[in-house]
Amino acid sequence: MKRILPVLFALVALASFGSAAEAKLRVVSSLQDFASIAQSIGSDRVETLALAKGYQDPHFVDAKPSFVLQLSRADLLIVAGLELEIGYLPPLIDQSRNDKIHPGNPGYLDGSVGCDILQRPTTQVTRAMGDVHPYGNPHYWTDPENGRVVARSIAARLSQLDAAGSATYQKNLAAFEARLTQKEAEWRAKMAPYAGTRIVTFHDSWPNFAKAFKLDIVGHVEPKPGIPPSPTHTLEIINLIQAQKVPVILVEPYFDRKTPDSIAARTGATVVTFYPSVGGTPAITDYFALFDTDINAFVAAVKGKK
Amino acid sequence: MDHDVWTRAARNAAPVPAALALIFALGLATLATPLAAQAPAPAPAPQTPDPVADLRAQLEALKAEYERRIADLEERLTDLQTAQGQAPAPGPATAEATPPPAPAPAPEAPPSQPAAPEGAAVPATEPGPGAGGAGGPSQTSNYFNPSVSVIGNFLAVGGQNRTENLPSAELRESELGIQAIVDPYARADFFISFGEHNVDVEEGFVTFTALPQSLLAKVGRMRAYFGKINTLHLHVLPWPDEPLPVVNLLGSDGWIGTGVSVARLLPIGDTFTEGTLQIFRGQAEDLFEEQRRSDLAYNGHYRVFKDLTDASNLDLGLSYATGPNGATPSSRTRLEGLDATYRWKPLQTASYRSVTLRGELFRSLRDQPGGVQRAIGWFAAGDYQLAKRWFVGARYETSDLARDASKRDTGEAATLTFWPSEFSQLRAELRRRHYSLTDETANELLLQLQFAIGAHGAHPF
Repeated sequence: MKRILPVLFALVALASFGSAAEAKLRVVSSLQDFASIAQSIGSDRVETLALAKGYQDPHFVDAKPSFVLQLSRADLLIVAGLELEIGYLPPLIDQSRNDKIHPGNPGYLDGSVGCDILQRPTTQVTRAMGDVHPYGNPHYWTDPENGRVVARSIAARLSQLDAAGSATYQKNLAAFEARLTQKEAEWRAKMAPYAGTRIVTFHDSWPNFAKAFKLDIVGHVEPKPGIPPSPTHTLEIINLIQAQKVPVILVEPYFDRKTPDSIAARTGATVVTFYPSVGGTPAITDYFALFDTDINAFVAAVKGKK
Repeated sequence: MDHDVWTRAARNAAPVPAALALIFALGLATLATPLAAQAPAPAPAPQTPDPVADLRAQLEALKAEYERRIADLEERLTDLQTAQGQAPAPGPATAEATPPPAPAPAPEAPPSQPAAPEGAAVPATEPGPGAGGAGGPSQTSNYFNPSVSVIGNFLAVGGQNRTENLPSAELRESELGIQAIVDPYARADFFISFGEHNVDVEEGFVTFTALPQSLLAKVGRMRAYFGKINTLHLHVLPWPDEPLPVVNLLGSDGWIGTGVSVARLLPIGDTFTEGTLQIFRGQAEDLFEEQRRSDLAYNGHYRVFKDLTDASNLDLGLSYATGPNGATPSSRTRLEGLDATYRWKPLQTASYRSVTLRGELFRSLRDQPGGVQRAIGWFAAGDYQLAKRWFVGARYETSDLARDASKRDTGEAATLTFWPSEFSQLRAELRRRHYSLTDETANELLLQLQFAIGAHGAHPF
């Protein structure tokens, strides 16, 4: 017995040390973008994880039980909101057994709050319009200024959940914002020569990007959101591209390039894989690299055509 | 171990919503008090004589003004609501995923918050008694209406089958789903299925989502967690029909029970595992028959889910159930089940290409006067996604009859499914079934059309 006691004490001590070392806040996000921003703000006080991969269609994520486990351990859940996650997140939250991350509790953060949300329907919407989002376009983080809003929301929420780290979060936020301001100037300078360029995109994922960098989206390869390309609509797009001299077609990495490629072959437009999220390719390691990659690809494709 | 830390934290957090609820109730009470105090106030006013006539006129003017504004607000609200009622996609957990009024003050706040100030503001500023009461509450109460969806399920059948004689055309088991959050601790789900002539509560239960110890409890009527297919509603099955082991060993619509279900997360490292225990009344169509109130049916399920790679995963389940079968006062049926599902879906091309392989094996041990009937049934099926909207599938099924294990039915089927959009589905199934009781082999073509309106449910997984 006497020999066992010290061993027990040692174990308890080890265990408590273990949990102290693991006192990091666990932040789970539906998107790698928000996980990346949360990591920048939280630095070594947080542990971040994203459910959807950056190269995956964020509308169609499977509600895998392994996500239930990750959510059950989360201190903070950051969602894009606007019903982007309607197909998989609600049942996962219900099954998480984690009251902290239920909507309405501090552990649930809707990133869209305070952001510049476009395409909020002003008239009645029906599903005749395809898979429309009745609360507005959910791909809002493609405007870096919205990224700034999200970063501020995250910093505020982390400070609320972990008051001891408040100073760190504010300092990291300031650094994030400073870097964002500097990068934005660089991105805008790169994009300035192409202001007003007419573009066609596969899905309607880019209104915020287009607004931020002054592009003009004139059409989509999808006839309606969520409806795959049809021959008649493809023909219309071909005519549109020719009539309006559209230089590029932007395609998210998770869509089939067959139709865009055939449109390109008949019009001379260039198909550019455009990444909506961090992690879209291994090179896109954070929120800044996301814009670096997309903007460089855009400039490279349009340059020769102007 | 560190898992316990989380659950403990969750338990500690539980009083917070309770406190919130209390504060909310108190807030309502205080808001109601001034209302009550004000309501009688205008009453003495008219009693005072002439000098107050001016005041009264002003009051009338004010009242008219406010009524106009309220009417205006009401109109805008109904506009908003109709817009929301038709399109928005609130799924099972809608109300919580995105609180209803997106443009409302703080879309993130619990739905109660935008509603409370609004409901309170109207009567508080309303001088006339009654008018405010009529407008405010009826509008705000719509915020809390459950999300509603209807799934139509039309089946046309060709070919000949004298044993299982389905009508040539039928609108069967159309499902009405009504779902909402009850309070900070629970949500409720009702699924009411309509045949052409009858209505059934297929499921109707409350789920307690804020329990300690990684528990999740359901109370009400629900599909028993026996195997995987039995838990699924008809409209999410990969076929238009239930496979033979379910039909022969669990009952023609599967096993639906009324009682209590408790599930606990039992993670092993980073692997998801979950144990479920269900206790139901000892009554289920074709399966259990209670003789007295104490005859209960029990079901236990253990599930393991493992991500093999980012693109593939394996889902395994073990089930065991027992309940009274009514053959003799003490006879019982025991059921054992094994289910396995393998999915392959490369994430980047997830909407274009996927494979699902699934199989279930059931054994039924039924006590009856002639001796124990040991019936075995199983099916194996696969589905391959060819393109964004196209799937092909095949199924083999075989099952003994629960009441006469010497008789065995078998079947083969091939399916082709087309999804015009996420909300409608066309499916054709070529099916051959051999029925042992009648020694008939039937070749049939089943054509199914399903369509969903209303709230956007979660995608089945």
